[in-house]
Amino acid sequence: MEGITKRFGPVTVLDRARFELRAGEVHVLAGENGAGKSTLIKILGGVHGDYDGRVAVGGRLVRLRSPQEAAAAGVAVIHQELSLIGPMSVADNLFLGGARGRGGWVDEARQRREARGCLARLGLDLDPARAVEEFPLATRQMIEIAKALSRDARVLVMDEPTSALNAPEVARLFELIQTLKGRGCGIVYISHKMEEIERLADRITVLRDGRWIGTAPRAELPPARLIEWMVGREMEAPREAPAMVAGAPRLRLRDFAVWPAGGGARAAVEVPALEVRAGEIVGLAGLQGSGAGDLLAGLGGARGSGTRGGLWLDGAPVRFRGPREAIAAGVALVPNDRKAAGLVLSLSITANATLAGLRALSPGGWRRPGRERAAAEATTGPLRLRAASLDLEAGALSGGNQQKVVLAKWLQIQPRLLLLDDPTRGIDIAAKREIHQLLEEWAARGMAILLGSSELPELLALSHRVLVLHRGRVTGEYTRATARPEVILAAAMGREMAAGGPPPADDHPELGRTLPG
Amino acid sequence: MNEESHKSEQTAPPPARWRGWTAGPAARALLALGLVLALGMVFNADGAFFRAGTHRDALRQASVYGMLACGLTLVIVSGGIDLAVGSVLALVAVCASQMAIHWGWSGWVVVPAALALGTLCGATAGFVTARLRVQPFIATLSLMVLARGLAKYASGGMKVSTAVRGADGLYHNVPLPPLFTGIDTRILGGNVSMVTVVFGVCVAAAWLALARHRWGRYLQAIGGNEEAARLSGVPVAAAKIAAYAASGLFAAVAGICQAAQEQQGDPEAGAGYELIGIAMVVIGGTSLMGGRGGMGLTLLGVLTIGYLDKILSINAVPEAGRLVLTGVIIILAVLAQRASPGTRS
Repeated sequence: MEGITKRFGPVTVLDRARFELRAGEVHVLAGENGAGKSTLIKILGGVHGDYDGRVAVGGRLVRLRSPQEAAAAGVAVIHQELSLIGPMSVADNLFLGGARGRGGWVDEARQRREARGCLARLGLDLDPARAVEEFPLATRQMIEIAKALSRDARVLVMDEPTSALNAPEVARLFELIQTLKGRGCGIVYISHKMEEIERLADRITVLRDGRWIGTAPRAELPPARLIEWMVGREMEAPREAPAMVAGAPRLRLRDFAVWPAGGGARAAVEVPALEVRAGEIVGLAGLQGSGAGDLLAGLGGARGSGTRGGLWLDGAPVRFRGPREAIAAGVALVPNDRKAAGLVLSLSITANATLAGLRALSPGGWRRPGRERAAAEATTGPLRLRAASLDLEAGALSGGNQQKVVLAKWLQIQPRLLLLDDPTRGIDIAAKREIHQLLEEWAARGMAILLGSSELPELLALSHRVLVLHRGRVTGEYTRATARPEVILAAAMGREMAAGGPPPADDHPELGRTLPG
Repeated sequence: MNEESHKSEQTAPPPARWRGWTAGPAARALLALGLVLALGMVFNADGAFFRAGTHRDALRQASVYGMLACGLTLVIVSGGIDLAVGSVLALVAVCASQMAIHWGWSGWVVVPAALALGTLCGATAGFVTARLRVQPFIATLSLMVLARGLAKYASGGMKVSTAVRGADGLYHNVPLPPLFTGIDTRILGGNVSMVTVVFGVCVAAAWLALARHRWGRYLQAIGGNEEAARLSGVPVAAAKIAAYAASGLFAAVAGICQAAQEQQGDPEAGAGYELIGIAMVVIGGTSLMGGRGGMGLTLLGVLTIGYLDKILSINAVPEAGRLVLTGVIIILAVLAQRASPGTRS
């Protein structure tokens, strides 16, 4: 792949990126969140048909306009969300779209026979007549790979294949990858886990901000250097952050754990101890699957009773069984997906901006449209929301303005603690800056803010302290003085390095003991 | 700060108010109603369309369906559906007739009891869908079958009429209770049917709930994005249960009116009415996906279908042709409503 450029509207997500995969190698594609990795593999998989640049498979120039064309060219992408149909049998899934038989009639016996052969080549011995959903996730992943191979895929793309697997399952997957390599299959492997990269990679390509940074054999790219490539040197000029007005401890956590949405065997995130003071912005750093989002959701009551451990707000122990209780206690949660969870797109700006505080605005149950309008004007005004009218549907606004409506909604309840999960994702630079300024203003006025973000520069610019999570565990904590992109990224990739050091003992004595240092 | 981001979001050109009005679902619903009325003026059946009695009857005949449509609007705005309203109507009609005709109870007892019965039915369906998380289609489908069964059980499978079987085994005609005669009457010099007035009260109540009460805003938010509503502290389950309960309540009002008009409680009454009610809501422009719509739109939808039916009947179009034409016009109206989604009522 050469000179690959992809734009979404005015945003260029890939800028002349390149990538080369040899037969029989595992090629790791690395980069921070938003570096363009997934866009690149979506182009390779035919999901984004309209790109600039050239793609060649097996020396032949191809134009991948649809997943079908990509499959025909020998490219198979194994997404994080598997593409198998649960209630259908293994054999039916393997030959979906290419059923074995004649004249539209499926030859079940032949399918089962061929499926068995297909699976056996991967060392899998399972009954192809059973439904896919009966098998554990790891096996389903293997079936997915078998499906790719049944179509003679020469290029196999795996996007974080181990994120849902346990240790023995991972070991099995790695064995399979070795087998595939031996058979001349080229594998593109995306991972945020340093140990996997070190173990599997033959070569590594690093993308940053949509640009190709470099490709090198693993031996020439030790972890420190890899992180340097991923982070880059040109960081946003550090701004003079307003001095923190350290108030009383607002939020205190002790052995706080949050379970994944929909339940699960083990907690998605566990925090031994955390304190956020009034007026303080604490950043939560972590790559995909770190649990930062789960922690914020748990604190905001969004996970209902799926939390354990101690939670104190202004010194008083609290327990939220739902978002309503959290809101009543003055805790506001800005979810990371504003379209799916932040806004009701079919309602007006006013209706959205007053939704969380509607109870106070409608005493006796009857709404007061005048009061709602006044409240919406009062909260959207300082946010510099730009809309022709507050009666516009929220869905008609740009991403930045939509996020401002979400913030206005939460301002209206005058929160003591503001939880933000990636608040500037997918919005333009100007709106992003404005939101940053607002967060600093609010903190200066005594709000406690816990900020999760997938963007390191944002975290570094805003946070007084940064907590780093990796697979649900705290792997580092840094003050503004010690927080550096390299050490944070290393901790986020699971290396509990001493480089950052424990936080100054005089600042947070109780935290220093419980954190690895 | 760059200058470009200071531009306002101009989704509508300058005469936004006027454009928004003509492009909105309300305008299209009005247009549909206007077309139907124009049809009536052209095919006026030798002036029958211009007689006050025709309009009185058109409104009277649409009223029972319209009452169901009021409750359905609340449910559909919240993203749900209620298939049980026709059966609940029958159950209430049977029980109200039993109480008023056979047991001779006063209207002051019969009406509250009948309304409570309908509300209970609706609340049950609401509980099953909101708390037990059964899809609304399935939850209300089962209530539809169940309530129909209860109606037949309560009536013994026969119409509950003024022919009451006495101790001697013979049927005697008892007088109609004042409740029934009071509803099946005309007021304002015989120009308006009482059921139409009841329908008007239902429209007003549903409009107040949806447009002026916190609960209505909650229903719109739930229908638009349930997860965002939940995270904003909206009591999702309670609001939904209340919507289904209200739908049951309106079905009960319709059941009492139906019994009064037919002068009996028919366990087979109201079959298929839910679909006509849903069609009225959808023709008005309320989205079956939830989140968008309102009571004013539903009123236009009720009038459109009500007048369409009346115009076809005064022109002596046989029932077969009437059904076919109504079906075609419903789908045309819905397609027109879908033409430019994304505008608010």
